[in-house]
Amino acid sequence: MSAPAPFSTHSPNSATAAFLLGAKTAATSVFMFVITVTYIGFGALTHDYGLSVVWAMLSTVLLWAGPAQVILATALGAGTSLIECALAVGLSSVRLMPMVVSLLPLVKPERPRAWRLIVPVHFMAVSVWVEAMRLAPGIAREWRLAFCNGVGSALMAAGVVATAVGYSLSAALPTLFGAAAMFITPMSFLVSTARNSRLFMEKAALAFGLVIGPLLASTKVGLDLLWTGIIAGTLAYALGRWRRRAA
Amino acid sequence: MTDLLLEPYVALVLLGFLPSEIWRWLGMVLGRGLDEDSEIVLWVRAVATALVAGVVARIVLFPPGALAGVPLEVRLAAIACGFLGFYFIRRSPFAGVLVGEVVLIIGATAFGSR
Repeated sequence: MSAPAPFSTHSPNSATAAFLLGAKTAATSVFMFVITVTYIGFGALTHDYGLSVVWAMLSTVLLWAGPAQVILATALGAGTSLIECALAVGLSSVRLMPMVVSLLPLVKPERPRAWRLIVPVHFMAVSVWVEAMRLAPGIAREWRLAFCNGVGSALMAAGVVATAVGYSLSAALPTLFGAAAMFITPMSFLVSTARNSRLFMEKAALAFGLVIGPLLASTKVGLDLLWTGIIAGTLAYALGRWRRRAA
Repeated sequence: MTDLLLEPYVALVLLGFLPSEIWRWLGMVLGRGLDEDSEIVLWVRAVATALVAGVVARIVLFPPGALAGVPLEVRLAAIACGFLGFYFIRRSPFAGVLVGEVVLIIGATAFGSR
C-alpha cells in the first residue's frame, strides 16, 4: 500500500461531507462550464433531429458521455444502420475502460462489493476522472467513493438541466454555437489532462497520443482510438519506466 | 428513419447505453482487485491518457456535425492557442478553454463556417 496521503484540515469525515465536498468541487470546476455548454449544444442537436426532450435528458443520464450521445442522436436522426450505430457509440466510449481501471484502485473501499460500485462507476467520465485523480489522494480512503459520487451527480444534474435548456433554446441559438459546443470537448479534455499530467509518463502519453492518433485515424485501420491508446500509452509507460530505472 | 428502427427509447438503451456502459463495467471488473501503486495501473493510466489525447485529435481533425463547417486551420489554431493560453495563464484549464473558444469563434466568423 502507498504511504498515507497528507489529509488536509478540510478532509471530510463522513460520507455526506465527502459527497458535498465533491459537489462543491464540481460547482467550481472548469467542467461545470464545459458540461453546461456541451449539453446546451447537445439538447439543441436532439431538437433539430426531432427527438423528444425526455429522450435527450434520459440519454444524458444513461450515457453520460458527450461524444457517444452526439453519435447516437445523429445516427437516429439520419437513419444509420443499427449495427453501425452501436459500433460507433461503443468505439467512441472505449476511453471509459482504462479510465475506470486507473481510477478505481485509488477510490475504492478496501473490499469493494461489485454492486456498490455500479453507480459510482456510471458517473465516471473524463470530468470525474480528472477531479478525482487530483483531489482524492487528500481524502481518507473510506470517503473517496462518496466524493466521486458528489462530483459526478452534481455535474450530471447540470448536464440534464443544460440538455433541457438547449432543447428549448435550439431555434434561438446562433449557428456558431453548435460548433463552439462541440469544440469545448477536445479543448477541455486537452488542458485538464495536461494539468493532471504530473508524471513524465503521463506527459509523454498525451504527446504521443496527439501524434499517433491522427496517423492511425488517417490510415482508416478501424479501432484507431483503441490502438492509439495502447500504442502511445505503452510507449510512454516504457519510456517512463526506463527513466525511473536510469534515475 | 429506417423501417427496422426501434422505438427511440429502445434504441437509446440498446444502441446507446449498452455499447457505452459496457466499458465502465469492464473497467470495474478489471480494476476492482488492483492496487493503486501497481505497475499495471500505472500502464493503464498511460493508456487512458493517450486515449484522451486520441479523442482530442480525432474531434479536431475529423469533427462531427456543426464543427465540421469550421475550416481545419481555424480548428487547429484554436486548439493550439487554447493550449498556450492554459500554459501561460497560471496553468488554468478555464483560461485554456476560454482562449480556445474565443479563437474558434473569431476564426470561424472571419474565415467563414458552413
